[in-house]
Amino acid sequence: MKRELVKYLLLVAAAVSMPYFFSDGYMMNVLVFVGINTMLAVALNLLLGFAGQISLGHAGFFGLGAYISGVLTATHQVNPWLAMLIAAIAVSFLAFLIGFPILKLKGHYLAMATLGLGIIIYIVFNEAVDITGGPSGLSGIPNLALGSLVFDNDVKNYCLVWTFTIVTILLAVNLAHSRIGRALRAIHDSEVAARVMGVNVRLLKVQIFALSAFISAVAGSLYAHVMTFAAPASFGFHFSVELVTMVIIGGLGSIYGSLFGATLLTLLPELLRTFQDYDIIIYGLILILVTMFMPGGLVQGIPSLLGALLPKKKEGRG
Amino acid sequence: MLAIQGITQVFGGLTALDDVTFTINRNDITGVIGPNGAGKTTLFNIISGIYTPTTGTISLDGRNITKFPPERLAAFGMVRTFQNIELFGQMTVLENVMVGLHTKSRCGIISCAFKMPWHLHEERRIRETAHTWLRFCGIDELADTTAANLPFGKGRLLEIARALALEPQIIFMDEPAAGLNSRETMGLADLIRKIRDRGITVVLVEHDMELVMDVCDRILVLNLGKKLAEGTPREIQENPAVIAAYLGEG
Amino acid sequence: MNLSDQLIQFLLSGFATGSIYALIGLGFSIIYNATGIINFAQGEFVMLGGMVTVFFLTSLHIPLPAAILGAVAITTFVGLLFERLAIRPIRKATPINLVIITIGGSILIRGLAMLIWGKDTHAIPGFSGEEPIMIGNASLLPQHLWIFGMTTLAIIASKVFFNYTISGKAMRACAFNPRAASLIGIDVKRMVLFSFVISSAMGSVAGFIIAPLTMTSYDVGIMLGLKGFCAAIIGGMSSGLGTVLGGIILGVLESLGAGLISSGYKDAVAFIILLLILFIRPQGIFKRAESERV
Ligand SMILES: Nc1ncnc2c1ncn2[C@@H]1O[C@H](COP(=O)(O)OP(=O)(O)O)[C@@H](O)[C@H]1O
Ligand SMILES: [Mg+2]
Repeated sequence: MKRELVKYLLLVAAAVSMPYFFSDGYMMNVLVFVGINTMLAVALNLLLGFAGQISLGHAGFFGLGAYISGVLTATHQVNPWLAMLIAAIAVSFLAFLIGFPILKLKGHYLAMATLGLGIIIYIVFNEAVDITGGPSGLSGIPNLALGSLVFDNDVKNYCLVWTFTIVTILLAVNLAHSRIGRALRAIHDSEVAARVMGVNVRLLKVQIFALSAFISAVAGSLYAHVMTFAAPASFGFHFSVELVTMVIIGGLGSIYGSLFGATLLTLLPELLRTFQDYDIIIYGLILILVTMFMPGGLVQGIPSLLGALLPKKKEGRG
Repeated sequence: MLAIQGITQVFGGLTALDDVTFTINRNDITGVIGPNGAGKTTLFNIISGIYTPTTGTISLDGRNITKFPPERLAAFGMVRTFQNIELFGQMTVLENVMVGLHTKSRCGIISCAFKMPWHLHEERRIRETAHTWLRFCGIDELADTTAANLPFGKGRLLEIARALALEPQIIFMDEPAAGLNSRETMGLADLIRKIRDRGITVVLVEHDMELVMDVCDRILVLNLGKKLAEGTPREIQENPAVIAAYLGEG
Repeated sequence: MNLSDQLIQFLLSGFATGSIYALIGLGFSIIYNATGIINFAQGEFVMLGGMVTVFFLTSLHIPLPAAILGAVAITTFVGLLFERLAIRPIRKATPINLVIITIGGSILIRGLAMLIWGKDTHAIPGFSGEEPIMIGNASLLPQHLWIFGMTTLAIIASKVFFNYTISGKAMRACAFNPRAASLIGIDVKRMVLFSFVISSAMGSVAGFIIAPLTMTSYDVGIMLGLKGFCAAIIGGMSSGLGTVLGGIILGVLESLGAGLISSGYKDAVAFIILLLILFIRPQGIFKRAESERV
């Protein structure tokens, strides 16, 4: 418990100090996306890493959060905070309802069904032109504001988004170390034993699915208000896969791992400007290699891989 | 206390259990024996709500529980262990038992996520109780080991500790001595008696005849899905049909 | 055109695309039946079938029949490599790991295709010209006939393979019970490899025969793959008639939906059907629920 607290305080300290290190807007802007992606990766990790239930449709929940918030504020002049709340509740309610039939499915079938769900949502974004603006997107979404403080530049947005990110991480870590977190991991390891121990597996899976969708929708809403714009391309199948990659890189079931995975995958394309669209080749390789050789993710995997390589070399010499 | 009435289970074309009727008495240690494939595990799967039988009913103190799922039976104090150990492999020994206390705690997602004061209190209680059960089964020194790394015999004990944490009124053990050495088996016999002395009804499937004859008050013999005999260990040992079935098998 | 002519037109074109979905779906179910894996990279084999044909035709100016053969050979080789490099070495073959690895494989293949051939859409000329054939008031392209012909051929070939050849029977045995199969001396690993080879070949056939109708590009694999999967699910993951019917049902519904409701939501039809089937009858619409558990 003490160690958790120290880790968390270090994270908070790092987050608070970022604006002093990076005075230029560009890096702040990148960090805003790191924050949003971290929220998404943590949300997905609760489902994938803890309960062991895959979702290939989380970009859809993210997008729904963005669009609901965006449409309510840009088209209907609803207060942005209220819109965020409505979006999160609506999306988690949707996830709760669809969770019952969808989480009855296991493994490959669950993957396909969530993938299908994500694509249906994506098609609606594109086709419901009257509401969403279609493929060219929805613009004119207002910034969030607290009284006279309008979150309209990179540093302010950074503070806004990271407040949410830090709170999300705290809640997720708390949940992980509670009876709910244990029940989720129990489901992952042996569903039948969990049920025999009295865990209502079906309901708990659905609840965590809804919670995960809730966080994703909040992230989507933040995204919409930060960007003041939303277009379907940001919420497609590729982004769902990217989210899974973040979770896998960080290690299934590791909250701070998801932070790492989200950071890496957000910075990577920025660092490797020349790659542009080709980053999916790297994601593909990462997914395969990490799953095959580093079941605990990169954070645990690289040290243990080095550990496994070094003694062999010594043997070779001796 | 537990009445098994005309249970039949058909898988595709195979009749795994054929019209089995039997009653388990409160506070007895009941043994279920029979050659491999006799349908013992299937019977446990039905009683513990994992399968719904093709026909027949199970009732607990007069209440029909045939269609109850396992999580509901847990709330009624019915719990089991598994023939092929089903531990939560990635979790520590202590955490495994803490999951056993799931029905003994209440905090939901919100109070856990926000670390409400009552959650902290409950968490402390769960942890302490879990240690008590580990001590009861004699594996408290392994509390922080990852369950997947446990030696086989300790794994069996952990399954029992985890099940006991529910404070069940009846516990079903599927071959708890399989894979244990003779010293561990003796320890297990003592543990089973200790469990019964706490007022818990015990039902076990076992191949180790010495153990069964030693600890059981009553025995049910299954063969090819049918009830072959029931009675006290002595009656079973002298039952010609049982002797024939076992000799025929050997 | 009046409504009934239109309906016939929708049915005909639905039948043709449905045949393609059936071919892709068969690829899914062959691997699934041999290994229990749903291969998320199946759609990429389809994409490769089309794109490699285009490449041979336009960049290397190889005549069509040779280009097609080359495409099938290369795609099959990719399928073989994929099994060898990504599937066989897995140590913990949990469903989640397999999903993630096959997804990784699929985006890797797609990314490489984009790297090699760029993002443009390409067309292949129809194998027998573009002159429509009239059936009453409805018209059909010669390519449609190619599709029917090739699909029928592929289905017959796989039927013969599974029912009359040693390897085919061995693969069925593996699907039924891998442990028992290995005990009687079947090389289960080779059968898994085989299933990938057959599926990737089948996928590439689907890829090159549909390319003249719909154009092709590096990213057609996702949609085609998912629709093939949908066909297989409707058919209960059978490697025979069920999936074929599943593909045709999907193709026809999709074409009716596009024609009568809205073409923009055409793709959504497949996924709504997919979800409904998974929710209501995950064993497919032709099977009884219990028959699987023996
Ligand atoms: N889920 C199932 N599906 C099909 N057959 C099963 C299933 N479970 C058990 N059986 C069959 O039922 C019979 C009884 O098995 P089981 O109850 O495990 O025997 P025991 O535990 O007495 O050794 C066996 O022939 C077994 O193959
Ligand atoms: Mg058994």
